[in-house]
Amino acid sequence: MIELSHLEKSFQIGDQTVHALDDVSLTIETGEYVAVMGPSGSGKSTLMNILGLLDRANAGQYLLDDINVSDLTEAERTHVRSQKIGFVFQSYHLVSRLTARENIELPMMLSGVPAKQRALAVDEILEKLSLVDRAHHSPNQLSGGQRQRVAIGRAIVMKPSILLADEPTGNLDSTSGAEVTALLESLNAEGITLVVVTHDQAMGDRARRQLRMLDGRLT
Amino acid sequence: MYWPDIVKFITLVLSRQRFRTIVLWVAIAIGVVAVNLLTALGEGAKSYVLSEFNVLGRNTLITLPGKKETKGGMPPLTGESPRPLTLKDAQAVSRLAGVKAVAPLVLGNIEVSYSGKLREVLMMGSSRSFFDIRHLDVGQGRLLPDLPFNKGESVCVIGNKLSRELFASKPALGEWVRAGDSRFRVIGILKEGGTSFGFDMNDVMIIPVVNAQSLFNKDGLFRMFTEVRSHQELNNIKAKIIALIKERHEGEEDVTVISQDAMLSSVQKILDTLTYAVTGIASISMLVAGILIMNMMIITVSQRTKEIGLLKALGATSATVRLLFLSEAGLIAVVAALSGLLVSHAVLLLANSYFDDIQFHSPWWAQLGSILLAVLLALLFAWLPAQRASSLAPVEALQGKQQKGQA
Ligand SMILES: Nc1ncnc2c1ncn2[C@@H]1O[C@H](COP(=O)(O)OP(=O)(O)OP(=O)(O)O)[C@@H](O)[C@H]1O
Ligand SMILES: [Mg+2]
Repeated sequence: MIELSHLEKSFQIGDQTVHALDDVSLTIETGEYVAVMGPSGSGKSTLMNILGLLDRANAGQYLLDDINVSDLTEAERTHVRSQKIGFVFQSYHLVSRLTARENIELPMMLSGVPAKQRALAVDEILEKLSLVDRAHHSPNQLSGGQRQRVAIGRAIVMKPSILLADEPTGNLDSTSGAEVTALLESLNAEGITLVVVTHDQAMGDRARRQLRMLDGRLT
Repeated sequence: MYWPDIVKFITLVLSRQRFRTIVLWVAIAIGVVAVNLLTALGEGAKSYVLSEFNVLGRNTLITLPGKKETKGGMPPLTGESPRPLTLKDAQAVSRLAGVKAVAPLVLGNIEVSYSGKLREVLMMGSSRSFFDIRHLDVGQGRLLPDLPFNKGESVCVIGNKLSRELFASKPALGEWVRAGDSRFRVIGILKEGGTSFGFDMNDVMIIPVVNAQSLFNKDGLFRMFTEVRSHQELNNIKAKIIALIKERHEGEEDVTVISQDAMLSSVQKILDTLTYAVTGIASISMLVAGILIMNMMIITVSQRTKEIGLLKALGATSATVRLLFLSEAGLIAVVAALSGLLVSHAVLLLANSYFDDIQFHSPWWAQLGSILLAVLLALLFAWLPAQRASSLAPVEALQGKQQKGQA
């Protein structure tokens, strides 16, 4: 469960202060499917980064499964992140010198899971995402939709409880976009908490809960 | 993270950024090669020179005609001086208390011939004691007879190579060899041996000293070797020799007496300085390689900021990121240093097969030191960028920013 209360985040650009998040309070239950929408610059990505422990708020409290993650050290936050949170980015962020399989394997490798265990987990995911025949391709040999599926595979390989996707279909054509959306929703159906940032009204409407942001505030 | 995974990860990085990898590799390898070859050169020169000087024992004094003056006068370069060192002087010295043996030496180049075969050789005129003092021995036959210095005999001991060249496979012992207008019977053949004092002992002919004097028609000795009974007496006897010759030469102090210790210590000092200087130069080249590594690493960090952010987002701790960068530098340093070592060994092997009488070996401390230095420098210079890389906040790194909002 995610509980945010009175989060503040501001950026200094020259001598101007931008309030990217302004008094944001929000509770997301385990297993929810939430779409975050709003105009460009409204603070959606900033919110996602803080939810994903990639960034810290200036003020306010963030409880993740009843742990106050604002108080944790960077190393502890890294540990929590690797265990509980999976990310999907708009621009995939795959490592180009690694194959699809190795990209999916990467989080497990980084957190020291033994090779045998990794192989089993990755096999399972390749099967699930219908990427078995693409396993040994490098990212530049894959289509956009396939790349995003690999990125999703990488996000869920550690079996996180939360999946954060920041405009996952933003770079995709409508067919692959629909595929990716369906995949994310099926993961949510299996129990993962899904938070999606999207500009696509149709996708937003499919979510059980919609959040709207404007100038750093939830409306 | 497991070691095999780290190695796999960084080898992928290294193989992708091939240019950078090759530059680093070559720079480090050159550093290691420089250290090893230069110290091998220094050490080789040192042991060559020392072995040349070592043939004389610690108990031996060398007397040469002429006084080494610090101001004015001609140094005794040629061994010729207004007043020669004579056989009678040598006899007088041999009678001094504490002197074990004296060997006079007369030198000259001369053509020798045997049944039509002509060879130019180095002719040494000396005595039986010469063989003891210079540690020479015959492989066949016997040494020169133990005669008083002023008694001659038409016999000779010849070097190994000379024997082969004059007699081929025929037995040489008992044969007569012509030298100038005299003939000498071969009574011994020297064992195969190296050089001493720059003379190739395989290509010499040794005859009694008076025979050599009459052959070359000169009274003076080129050198006189004196072996003392005990090392403690060396300096004492050195003074006695100088005094005795001075007395015999109408009060003129016109000889120089040197000991091996004195020669060795000054030669060794020069050679040590040479080795250190050469090692210093080589170490500087290692430092340059180290700085290159640092620059490369800094560039790498900037290029790979996004990836660092990604790795952190995927659960890599700062320690893991640092470990990745350091082991990347460490791996390339180890591989490059070892290949540098391999190259130096190959070059030394080649050099050693080309030169017979001087052998180059890079000492163990240079080999170990150059590898440790390479790895240490690589780690040291990788540390700073690695530190920087790992301290980036994940979100900033992901956005490709560098160190923004850090302070
Ligand atoms: N690292 C940063 N430094 C300075 N300002 C930033 C930074 N990140 C975000 N901002 C600012 O904070 C505000 C919110 O940005 P954010 O990226 O969260 O918007 P967004 O809703 O994701 O927009 P988009 O739909 O275009 O992705 C913007 O005004 C942006 O300029
Ligand atoms: Mg955004």
